[in-house]
Amino acid sequence: MIFEVTPSQTVGPYFAIGLPFDGQQQIVPEGTPGAIMISGSVYDGRGEVIPDHVVEFWQADGDGAFADLHGYGRRSTLAGFRGFGRSAEEDGDGVYRMLTVKPGAVPLSAGQEPGRPLQAPHIDVTVMARGMLHRVVTRIYFADEEQANAADPVLQSVPPERRHTLLAQPTADGYRFDIHLQGDDETVFFAV
Amino acid sequence: MSTTQSDGAVRQIYDPVAETPTSYRRDPEGAHPPLSYPGYKSTQLRHPKQPLLYLPQTITEVTGPQLQAALDLKPTDSDLTLQAAGEPIGERIIVSGHVYDTEGKPLRDTLVEIWQANAAGRYAHRWDRWAAPLDPNFKGAGRCVTDADGRYEFTTIRPGAYPWGNHYNAWRPAHIHFSLLGRAFTQRLVTQMYFPGDPFFPYDPIFNSVRDEAARQRMISSFSIHDTRPNWAQAFHWDIYLRGPGATPFEEAF
Ligand SMILES: [Fe+3]
Repeated sequence: MIFEVTPSQTVGPYFAIGLPFDGQQQIVPEGTPGAIMISGSVYDGRGEVIPDHVVEFWQADGDGAFADLHGYGRRSTLAGFRGFGRSAEEDGDGVYRMLTVKPGAVPLSAGQEPGRPLQAPHIDVTVMARGMLHRVVTRIYFADEEQANAADPVLQSVPPERRHTLLAQPTADGYRFDIHLQGDDETVFFAV
Repeated sequence: MSTTQSDGAVRQIYDPVAETPTSYRRDPEGAHPPLSYPGYKSTQLRHPKQPLLYLPQTITEVTGPQLQAALDLKPTDSDLTLQAAGEPIGERIIVSGHVYDTEGKPLRDTLVEIWQANAAGRYAHRWDRWAAPLDPNFKGAGRCVTDADGRYEFTTIRPGAYPWGNHYNAWRPAHIHFSLLGRAFTQRLVTQMYFPGDPFFPYDPIFNSVRDEAARQRMISSFSIHDTRPNWAQAFHWDIYLRGPGATPFEEAF
């Protein structure tokens, strides 16, 4: 028998009571070699920053290994690597800041035969807010990974004129990735 | 996986590698509310206008975070009546149920996070200006991890309904916000649990943004006399279903 999924509802305006946790924006512990900061804002259709956003990251470590407990591929051996980050504050400047490492290339599937192409370094992102009845999902790629990006099957499936919305741009301490829910530069969102 | 013991009993052996799907059934059309729903005004500037693009379920989407170590949960994290010096005011309730996938398989070791208003319908949040009393003994947030049967349980206070600014005389039906990580990125779900027979159901655009009547019913808990604690607490039961295994032909070929 197949059951139907429980429907999604908005996180509403008051999630900051329940969702934040200590170190929520530290995907790696402070002091991790090679740690970078990925930061950005979420914009609405008027181009205004949504300060009370929920942004979540899920990613592999620099070796392309995940921190999940289910044994897919190789398990990450990076000390304290969580693979997951959450920005769920209602105050501050509306900028999320994830302390992380740049992910490595990963296979398409855990059982992938050797020799098949790898995916370019990327991060899966969930965005939620008041006024959003369901999460939206996007992917961060890195603007300075031109070769890997050119061979990435997901990125190449995106119309060329919209690919730039998925590229994090290098900054002094890492990368900047802004998310536009609507507008001329609307970020590419995916059905997963 | 299961084995038959010498006493004839069948015992389940948990093997997370063998029992974790490598692809998930995609949600059918209409399973979730649309991102644009004019009755809920705030959706209008906060929904993508371009169509969603197809994302194959690669290794990144079928793996997912485990936060138990980071959260270091204590028993008081799942009992919202024990988080302050005194007892909160209101009707003490037990909210429990199972987290299943759409094949009916219990999801163990998965994080359940909740937040809610107090008995008067007021959130302990500095942006909530509704003229109802704050309860110094009620913070309104809890966390737990499902057990081997996929079961979760919270002790809390029945939340009140509260007004909001969406339209004239708008009130939210009483609800508890739920957040589930599942075991894979594809299973992530944030939703709300409602209480049976709420008079505000017909008027609430967030509840009614789920267009299918049967789907709306899946967000409503049921009163459970079985789970009540005599002379202590009422009980409501609510099972949550996250997507289960399944693949599309394209994905198999990808
Ligand atoms: Fe609410």
